[in-house]
Amino acid sequence: MQRSTLDLWVGLFVVGGIGALLVLAMKVGNMSGIGVSESYPLVAQFDNIGGLKPRAPVKSAGVVVGRVAAIQFDNEKFIARVTLNIDKHYTFPKDSSASILTSGLLGEQYIGLEGGGDTVNLNPGDRIRQTQSAVVLEKLIGQFLYSKAAEGGDKK
Amino acid sequence: MLLQRMARFWHIAVRRAPRSDCDSTIQPLKSPACGVFPRIARTFAVPDKNIIEIKDVSFAYGKRPILTGINMSIPRGATVAIMGISGSGKTTLLRLIAGVMKANQGEVWVDGQRVNDLDGAGIYRLRRRLGMMFQFGALFTDLSVFDNVAFQMREHTDLPPAMIRDLVMMKLHAVGLRGAHRMMPAELSGGMARRVALARAIALDPMLMLYDEPFTGLDPIAMGVIRNLITELNSALGATSIVVTHDVQEALEVVDYVYYLSKGKMVAHGTPDEFRQTTDPLVRQFVYGEIDGPEAFHYHARPLAEDLRLSAGGDN
Amino acid sequence: MAIHKGLSLRGIGAKAIDSVLRLGYAARFIARTAASSGTSLRRPRLVIRELYFTGVLSLIIILVSGLFVGMVLGFQGYHTLQTYGSESALGVLVALSLVRELGPVVAALLFASRAGSAMTAEIGLMKATEQLSAMEMMAVDPIARVVAPRFWAGVISMPLLAAMFSAMGIFGGYLVGVVLIGVDEGSFWSQMQSAVDFREDIMNGVIKSVVFGFAVTWISLFEGYDAPPTAEGVSGATTRTVVTSSLAILALDFLLTAFMFRGV
Repeated sequence: MQRSTLDLWVGLFVVGGIGALLVLAMKVGNMSGIGVSESYPLVAQFDNIGGLKPRAPVKSAGVVVGRVAAIQFDNEKFIARVTLNIDKHYTFPKDSSASILTSGLLGEQYIGLEGGGDTVNLNPGDRIRQTQSAVVLEKLIGQFLYSKAAEGGDKK
Repeated sequence: MLLQRMARFWHIAVRRAPRSDCDSTIQPLKSPACGVFPRIARTFAVPDKNIIEIKDVSFAYGKRPILTGINMSIPRGATVAIMGISGSGKTTLLRLIAGVMKANQGEVWVDGQRVNDLDGAGIYRLRRRLGMMFQFGALFTDLSVFDNVAFQMREHTDLPPAMIRDLVMMKLHAVGLRGAHRMMPAELSGGMARRVALARAIALDPMLMLYDEPFTGLDPIAMGVIRNLITELNSALGATSIVVTHDVQEALEVVDYVYYLSKGKMVAHGTPDEFRQTTDPLVRQFVYGEIDGPEAFHYHARPLAEDLRLSAGGDN
Repeated sequence: MAIHKGLSLRGIGAKAIDSVLRLGYAARFIARTAASSGTSLRRPRLVIRELYFTGVLSLIIILVSGLFVGMVLGFQGYHTLQTYGSESALGVLVALSLVRELGPVVAALLFASRAGSAMTAEIGLMKATEQLSAMEMMAVDPIARVVAPRFWAGVISMPLLAAMFSAMGIFGGYLVGVVLIGVDEGSFWSQMQSAVDFREDIMNGVIKSVVFGFAVTWISLFEGYDAPPTAEGVSGATTRTVVTSSLAILALDFLLTAFMFRGV
């Protein structure tokens, strides 16, 4: 085997391998999406975050506008403090609301942002006042049973 | 051009290496004037100093003794054979000299250095001045003949590629295989591989050449070629040579002095002539290849009658 | 007699001690290899040469297997997903299974049987034919000159091969799912892109393949270096390389996956 042919093949091999990694990153993964652009933080407090995870998407009108950066527990108020990284291109009014939603029946959980009508926008680091916690299935079922029982009581 | 000139010079150097009637390659060392070590006369530096001194050396693998109480001294420029039947410890002795293993007892001195004391780096420094030819050549199968011979030059020197090329061609020319420099070891015959191994071993002009079974498995012609090359190259290099072998007749023609090992002990030593005319039954059996003798034909066993159940009370 | 010896308590104990000894020796071997990597750094040509033998020569089997695994995933995934009416998630299924698991694991298994066994056989043969001793006699450390370049070549080529395997597999899944069966192309890619995370999925896959490359190369080189210098010894070592590597890959995969999910 000539030296140059060997080098050529090894070069092709390395280029092909790195190319495959790039394809995976760009075409298959969401590297080309929100992850790389600059963002600013917002804070939201929830009574219950359900199954929300860091890096879960933040969507507004179904469009991904940011990601969950961190989830902390506030040991004084016993609530969850969620930090969101929002893409710099998007701004939201001060009275916007954040709710924890589920994609599909059993899909992953994400944060939905709904814009308000205020003329002043949220600044980096601000807190979103209006929040709606995650729907917890057990509570939902509990409520359902309770209301059914109440209905039954009425009928008697 | 330069290459051709250098090659011619090398060829002449080999041919015109000083020769007395003592180191003829064809005839056995008969002339009494040559003495025990005929080549000492020609050697240059520190003629009174032995290059190898082995003092009361013992070596064992675990509890199994391989060598016991070996004493040996080899003067500079001599060609010495270490002989013995398989398993007599001769290869181990060679390894002790090369520092592959260290003696449990006694001292091994090579070129004024006590091998027992050398650390890894010291042993590597020593080995750069040793050349070793292995039993079946041990050529690097993934490298061409040229690259095999150039291996040490590339690893240990910063010589420019052009000079390495010239040197390799000279070494290959010396063993008559300049034309085969592009071939791969797999394409070589046994004898050719051995010659390339020889060229590789002398690549850095070593002061001490070690040959591990250089004649094993060769046809008579190849054997003659190797035998010739060993003597010629050594006289050209002025190196000391140690040949470990059990090819008695070949070795007796090549060397100045013979050490005979049996079961890890040095049982006899002398000139080749002394060996040929020996009366020692152990050595005699070895030199003349007698089937039975002190080395018994039969492995230790119970008496034959017992094994065949012919003993007197034999109906059990 | 032999069977009895093999089954006896003493036999088991001796075997256990022997394994621990070998493990210790293997650890020292890899430490020495890492310590004598200087030669490989100074002379990258040595590594490039080995990259050819470990990487380039494994390409065919990796690419073809990747394509087929992806195509099978396409069929199976479609078959399962369509019962829930969610064929559009086929891209997610194919991509996630390849990037997270099958890519690194199957590529490593193939690598062990293609390149790993070749490395063991080559080094074992070099030992059996005294090439390693000859090298040592020429004051060249075989660990630095022979083992270390192969080690680095193995560690470098494994993630590249795994990435190529995954990419090829996703292409195979695309061929079957979109081109052959007719799943919507847009949802195939877009769902995949929104579900596959670069750090969580792709980088974790790369980390896995680096670990597998390290393990397989280590096992292959050690088995070769430690092989008895005979024909039987070398062939036995080659078999052991494939068996031990495969077990190591699967065990490590379990550990890494558990670790990575916990880290989420």
